Amino acid sequence: MIAAILSVTLLGIALGFALGFAARKFAVETDARVAEIGAMMPGTNCGQCGYPGCPGAAAAIAAGEATVTVCPPGGKALATALAAKLGIAADLSGVSDEGPKIATIAEEICIGCCRCIKECPTDAIVGAAKQIHAVMREACTGCGNCVDRCPTEAVKMEPVPVTLQHWVWPKPQAKVEQAWA
Amino acid sequence: MGLIEKVFSLLGPAIHTDWGVHPADRKRPAADSPVRGLPLPERLHVPLQQHIGAAARPIMLVGQTVLKGQLIAEAQGATSAAVHAPTSGIVTAIGDISAPHPSGLSFSAVTIESDGADRWADTGASVDPFSLPPQEIARRVAAAGVVGLGGATFPSALKLGLGLRAKIHTLILNGGECEPYLSCDDRLMRDCATEIVDGIRIMLHATGATRALVGIEDNKPEAIASMTAAAHDFPDIKVRSVPARYPMGSEKHLFSELTGQEVPADGRTTDLGALVHNVGTAWAVHEALRQGRPLVERLVTLNGGALERPGNIRVPIGTLVEDVLAFAGLRSEPARLVMGGPMMGNRLPHARVPVVKGTSGILALTAAEAASLEPGPCIRCSTCVRACPVGLLPLEMSARIGVDDLNGAVALGLKDCIACGCCSYVCPSRIPLVHYFNHAKGELAAQGRAQLRNEAAKRLAAARIERLAREAQEKTAAAARRKAERAAQKAAEKAAAEAAQQAAQPAAEETTT
Repeated sequence: MIAAILSVTLLGIALGFALGFAARKFAVETDARVAEIGAMMPGTNCGQCGYPGCPGAAAAIAAGEATVTVCPPGGKALATALAAKLGIAADLSGVSDEGPKIATIAEEICIGCCRCIKECPTDAIVGAAKQIHAVMREACTGCGNCVDRCPTEAVKMEPVPVTLQHWVWPKPQAKVEQAWA
Repeated sequence: MGLIEKVFSLLGPAIHTDWGVHPADRKRPAADSPVRGLPLPERLHVPLQQHIGAAARPIMLVGQTVLKGQLIAEAQGATSAAVHAPTSGIVTAIGDISAPHPSGLSFSAVTIESDGADRWADTGASVDPFSLPPQEIARRVAAAGVVGLGGATFPSALKLGLGLRAKIHTLILNGGECEPYLSCDDRLMRDCATEIVDGIRIMLHATGATRALVGIEDNKPEAIASMTAAAHDFPDIKVRSVPARYPMGSEKHLFSELTGQEVPADGRTTDLGALVHNVGTAWAVHEALRQGRPLVERLVTLNGGALERPGNIRVPIGTLVEDVLAFAGLRSEPARLVMGGPMMGNRLPHARVPVVKGTSGILALTAAEAASLEPGPCIRCSTCVRACPVGLLPLEMSARIGVDDLNGAVALGLKDCIACGCCSYVCPSRIPLVHYFNHAKGELAAQGRAQLRNEAAKRLAAARIERLAREAQEKTAAAARRKAERAAQKAAEKAAAEAAQQAAQPAAEETTT
């Protein structure tokens, strides 16, 4: 009885040490930034960046293969946040400053085929077979995946209309900045 | 008090006392001319969003007739305010109209064609407000659509409820009216002091505060005299004269001036047991509780060099600014139209915008008054630092915002900026400092919204992945169930066949024997 308990205990301790040693010795090094950048990405895996989903893009950005401006739905806000995270200067000239866009469905040409619904990463499109579909504006991230799927070109990307609550004073246009520089 | 603090207290008060600016007030002669009523306009465009918070939801249909004071849009959401018909007539449209906002964007409004009769709806029997519980007063104030008339247009009922919850002891009535040109509060205090004092008493009852302090700038001696006389019989209401200085009408500054306490940077006056309301709001509370009349008209100051007959006029909410200007007469084409005061008011895109609950004044300024000069470089004279009433460094903050370093500006206290415009006013280089701060605050708010949206998208994406997994699982489960059912059916069939066979066999045996 005692011999059995002892041998199993010793075996457990020995294997524990062996596992601990292996975990340290053969640890696969991952870039801690990848997880952090991944948390900043939209997380919809829309694929517009050309990388396999948001984790793929995060790995590419951390490795320096992709620029911080790679994510179209993230836009300028994400690009600046990523640049601040990585401590690099963001070249925002490539980012189109049209502002956020969302998908809209032209009801008169929607045939209710449900193809766009299957494509939407945030389930922002509602509808059923042979019923007109509609986009829930608050849920749409503007990834644009649905546009190509529509057989009747009923889906279009439209800029989010500016409302009084969302309007922002434009930055004063002055030559004063040069004096400060 | 520690030793170091003692030494510093010997050196003088900790708060810098020479904050603010002293612009020429230009309130007279408009303040001295008696109040006139605007002839009823043919059409009124009553906006659904005249307050901070969610827009009201219209409850009328096009073609319906309404009476003056009838509810046309109800509050929706926690922070919202009801909207009432400013005159009797027919609802002819519910649609978009340009907002009195520098962006020139439009918002929804109910258009009412006046029938000329200006007939009041049944306002209900008047009851003694002091017999009502405080919550009921707040409810009636909300039902009357009363919002802060000082310009911020925060729903007053919410503020009264907040005061009750925060157990405030002092109610401060803001009669500062520090903006140049404006005199509507001044005029109201001169003409309707009794009503205002009654409104203050109702508000004291509604908030549970034990005293009320009315702060009035010393450039309004007539208003001080009239309010003091009206409050004479009520020892819990004190009228105090405060030095005329911009921005004395900022609630934190008026509070400091009256109580000697300073409101902490990220705090409110309620944290220190005081609630600040505008004197016009007290009048509106009186009207709502004593007469049962909702907020459907207000006193508006018409001023500016381009006007023929400046003065204060009673304007129904929803009147177009162009109708008001036509009433006052234009001496020349105004170079700039402003709603509110010249320091913090909104520049209007054009005159076809409606008067709203927060409209304290309409200014038609001449080119000389509205001179916009080309900005020069910052000479680091620090005049703005001395002028800033909240003790910020406007020159440093704007330099950071100039290079898009918003977080740098926030670290310097951008969020405490009250956008009073003192810095821009005093800047010898004419740098539009407050414009930088307004831009930066808007940008930060937009970034916050983008962040929220991003998080919501993440949640939705996760929910979708979970849904797909669940659907796949349900599918396999359903397939397995069908398979099992089929197998069970087959087994049953087989069993039945066997039973039949067995039943047939003995029969056969019987026949053979």
